[in-house]
Amino acid sequence: MSLYASARYHFNVNLVGKAFLRWERLRLARRLSRPWTHPHLGPPLVTGPELKELISRHYLKGQHANGHRPVAWVTSGAPVEFLQALGFFLLYPENHGAVCGIRRTAEQLCVAAEERGWSRDICSYARTDIGSVLTGDTPVGRLPRPDLLLCCTNICQTVLYWYRVLAHHFQVPLVLVDTPFIYHTASDHSVAYVRRQIEAGIEVAEGVAGRSLDMGQLRAVMVRARDAVDLWMQVLDRCRQRPSPMTAFDAFIQLAPIVEMRGEGFTVAYYRRLLAALDERVAKGEGALKQERRRLVWDNLPIWHRMRWLSERFAERGVALVASTYTQAWGELAPLFDPEHPLDSGARTYLHAILNRGTGHKLSTLRTLVQDYQADGVVLHSDRSCKPYSIGQVDQRDRVVREIGVPALLLEADHNDPRAFSEEQAAARLDAFLEVIEA
Amino acid sequence: MSGAAICALGLDLGSTTTKLVGVDAGGELCWERLQATRPAMAAQARDLVAEANQAAVAEAALPLVATGYGRHLVRVAVRQVTEITCHARGVYRSLGIGGTLVDIGGQDTKVIILSPEGKVLHFAMNDKCAAGTGRFLEVAAHRLQVELDDFGPLALQGSSEESLSSTCVVFAESEMISLLANGVPLAPVVRGLHRSLVRRVASLARGTGLQPPVMLSGGVARNPAVQELLAHELNHPVMLPERPQLVGAWGAALLALEG
Repeated sequence: MSLYASARYHFNVNLVGKAFLRWERLRLARRLSRPWTHPHLGPPLVTGPELKELISRHYLKGQHANGHRPVAWVTSGAPVEFLQALGFFLLYPENHGAVCGIRRTAEQLCVAAEERGWSRDICSYARTDIGSVLTGDTPVGRLPRPDLLLCCTNICQTVLYWYRVLAHHFQVPLVLVDTPFIYHTASDHSVAYVRRQIEAGIEVAEGVAGRSLDMGQLRAVMVRARDAVDLWMQVLDRCRQRPSPMTAFDAFIQLAPIVEMRGEGFTVAYYRRLLAALDERVAKGEGALKQERRRLVWDNLPIWHRMRWLSERFAERGVALVASTYTQAWGELAPLFDPEHPLDSGARTYLHAILNRGTGHKLSTLRTLVQDYQADGVVLHSDRSCKPYSIGQVDQRDRVVREIGVPALLLEADHNDPRAFSEEQAAARLDAFLEVIEA
Repeated sequence: MSGAAICALGLDLGSTTTKLVGVDAGGELCWERLQATRPAMAAQARDLVAEANQAAVAEAALPLVATGYGRHLVRVAVRQVTEITCHARGVYRSLGIGGTLVDIGGQDTKVIILSPEGKVLHFAMNDKCAAGTGRFLEVAAHRLQVELDDFGPLALQGSSEESLSSTCVVFAESEMISLLANGVPLAPVVRGLHRSLVRRVASLARGTGLQPPVMLSGGVARNPAVQELLAHELNHPVMLPERPQLVGAWGAALLALEG
């Protein structure tokens, strides 16, 4: 770590960046006070400018991290708490991929990867990331070079190959945490197996960071991670209200801190403020939609490149997406976090990620969501890029209809590659589905 | 077709053909127009509706419901409704039974499961490719220089059949040309093409939870080979409504009549 890099980091992040982002937040907050004229959507959440500041600051820190603090690139469901306790800056290529999807730059990055031989059948997050690595293009300025890679297979197997490619490209150590598939609950030997891998990972990370892990700091990170996840669950729970104060489209965006800034004090503080904002809406009877007529549950990742289009299409028809298995997945693990036993509980928590469990678990999650959120139907996004999430959806759709008793639609798309999405066909299916619900 | 006064209109602005029908006070078809869809869809719809209103000699414009891909272009419509609801409505009016409706249109294939009361229980549509739609037959017929109306009867000439492995219209075309270049007669190749399309449709129907009886609508229902091979693939007889190509427009007109 160099003195010059640290000085540059503090100047750019803590002086200039902080002042600029604060000014930007205040500017956006002032815009919120203007009269809201959208015919169908309710006014945006008052915490929006703060969320934007949080995310921008995260990527700004990343831009200047190299040389100042160690950097790790990690998969979205990885046990990252030990890295945070060791002072690593964490970059989530999947979240960066989502940013590229929303900013409509993912397609050109996918094409860049394909031109170098990566198959179009590979996950579009992986192609977006590899395209970004190869070209240096990103809508967030610049990504920091990793000193370490942490890959956990609890979300899919693609990450294994993807991170090996990154390790080869950057010539940095790769920590792999292999998570045995859980059909019901994790066996003790599975927990021990994952724990041992985390311990081995700690040794590697200590070597990269040049310092030893302080267990007190690890516990403190675990406490903050648990508090944030617990608050996130409460945030989602507010959508049980009628009208729902927030939709799943909002939740997909609000999810960013819980994924990539979990374990930080400011994340806990942010979700407290978000919860208060939602409570205020509930008290006033304000909904995310001006008129909420129907409520739906969403399964799978969002379609990042069509968020606005979909959200307006639903809102125009008075349909609120009140819950999703995807956003739920980040909250349902809260009770497993135990700061007193950070390694064991960490191993157990990350073993129970939604995509590391049988499809029966997802079906029961859908059942709970439909009942608890009083939903009128389910939209299952069949995501061409995310096979582990999409497998079994045909059966799940049939069982939702037969056993839960609400209509269900399978909607074909891709979370990041717009070329695998036909707007006209999706519109025809959605409109027909909403007519079925109305009939 | 009755000579009764037109009371409501249904317009199905499809990707390949545009259908406008009028129904009388009892919901019976009493007026119809069917044309190839032109690029200027909005103008085409406007002209057709003007013609229908003229034929109706009504004091006020007739109520109209629009369906099909171009439905949002029809500004004079009282409502825009999807083909799923309209086809279900039209076929139930025609046959009066529940079951599985397979609608094969120019660029879309839909499977709709209907309750005995005619309510849509469930539906599925073909994925993002023209395999299993009318376009598949249209492209092949054009390539083989056979009139589309003669394509089905040609497939039913004799019982021999060539197997085409691809359901993709582009790949099937090269496969078909290769077979013909090797001296295989035309009829078995055409029958193989129909089989390929029907298998794709049958797979969609089974995946949607097929419930007999099976009904067939859409422009492709006019093709006798599709009807025969679909019955064979699904192992159920296939029933046709009286005007399979007009079913969607008829359903739309019935919805317009209800107001």
